[in-house]
Amino acid sequence: MSSADVALARPPGMLRASWLVASKDLAIEFRTRTAFLSALVFALLAATIFYFAWDSTAVAAPDLAPGVLWVIFTFSGLLGLQRSFSVEQADRAIDALLVAPVDREAIYLGKAMANLVFVCGVEAITIPAVMLLYNLPLGRGVLALAAVALLAAIGLVAVGTLFAAMAVNTRLAELLLPMLSLPFFVPIVMAAAGSTARLLAGRPVAEAWPWLRILVAFDIVFVVACTLAFPFTLEE
Amino acid sequence: MPGPLSPEITIAAPPVVAVEALVRAFSGRRAVNGVSFTLAEGDCLALFGPNGAGKTTLLRLLAGLLSPTSGTCRVAGFLLRDGPVSRAHVGLISHASMLYSALTARENVEFTARMYGLRDPANAARSALGAMRVLDRAESPVRLLSRGLQQRVSIARAIVHGPKLILCDEPYTGLDEVGSAALTDALAERRASGAALVLVTHNLGEGLALATHAAIMQRGRFVRYERRGVVDAGAYASEYRELVTADV
Repeated sequence: MSSADVALARPPGMLRASWLVASKDLAIEFRTRTAFLSALVFALLAATIFYFAWDSTAVAAPDLAPGVLWVIFTFSGLLGLQRSFSVEQADRAIDALLVAPVDREAIYLGKAMANLVFVCGVEAITIPAVMLLYNLPLGRGVLALAAVALLAAIGLVAVGTLFAAMAVNTRLAELLLPMLSLPFFVPIVMAAAGSTARLLAGRPVAEAWPWLRILVAFDIVFVVACTLAFPFTLEE
Repeated sequence: MPGPLSPEITIAAPPVVAVEALVRAFSGRRAVNGVSFTLAEGDCLALFGPNGAGKTTLLRLLAGLLSPTSGTCRVAGFLLRDGPVSRAHVGLISHASMLYSALTARENVEFTARMYGLRDPANAARSALGAMRVLDRAESPVRLLSRGLQQRVSIARAIVHGPKLILCDEPYTGLDEVGSAALTDALAERRASGAALVLVTHNLGEGLALATHAAIMQRGRFVRYERRGVVDAGAYASEYRELVTADV
């Protein structure tokens, strides 16, 4: 390819570049399946352990399940987030990504999109598994629960992707990522568990609305803030 | 003497890279300390120096991976701090392969071609892999390739977009005879198309064979910088050793 051709080439815009990064990350995950399988096995094992530790005469299933679900999603999500940037660190692939003529923010958004697919994939399998295990009826609340899961996943991924980028260059990356992320996950877990509890108890969706508003606000603030902060995490 | 508007005056092409008083400090220590040079189309700067002299930091500055503490760097007329558009003209070859091991050679190079917005990424990837004589392994996952073949794919990745400035950090490391010849041919082809090269190497013979300019870097500075034409290779080697050992 000659320089003249390159002069004609136009570097991709923010959305296109984000999509390229996300599809590359998903292709890698699809080939290796290491992070997804680890997260899924962890999620199912954790749900089973909670089940055997549960005294059904003391706590009703709809009261226990929201906590179980969101503890599981928080920690299984961390497994995927951890891998998000370690893939780039091996053989310094991140350098090639940073030399490319795309905005740093596009790299963040691409990584976050791939992580969102990852977390939603784990949720899509774990939620029905927990429903079956704890014999929970969901009925017409299923769409609302899917919305809660999606909104909470966006928040977890927005914060977690930023901290994964910060932690990956440190020697204690596996410890640092949860230490940095978990305090920021608290409002998401509170809001997600609060709304899930109401939906599982068969209450009207309107009762979950205050918690959903918190999730939406958190998502907007942290997606914007983390996108803007991301380029600074790459400075040496 | 022609006047200022005389038709005999030809306007020289702007340099491919123009570096002026470039400084990069880490915690107060200057890894690159006031480096200036320019390279025109087809030029090659061979950069020598002991470990820790600041060669790799200089390359990372030129690639836009680091921001300078002070000074400026223009590539193809764009200031590097102008952001993505300036990086479109840079290709980086390093000893790290910068490849994704789970993807195939073709997928790696094609991904880069897409990130540079090339119109036909598949064709560009095929021709870059062909130039590095590794097209027959295009569908192999990178993790299954030998170190030398990975390096060839990495070079194909770095030149797929036809960069105006190619930054090479020990590019011949790990390459066999075929790989070395392919790299030399590819670099010659890029230079003939108007690209400039900055080549960091510890091998003086290899560097001087390609260079139009040679520089020795020590403690972040160019302690020698001259055109290749005035350099006597034998004398240069002994002077280089003296400079380096005197600094230890």
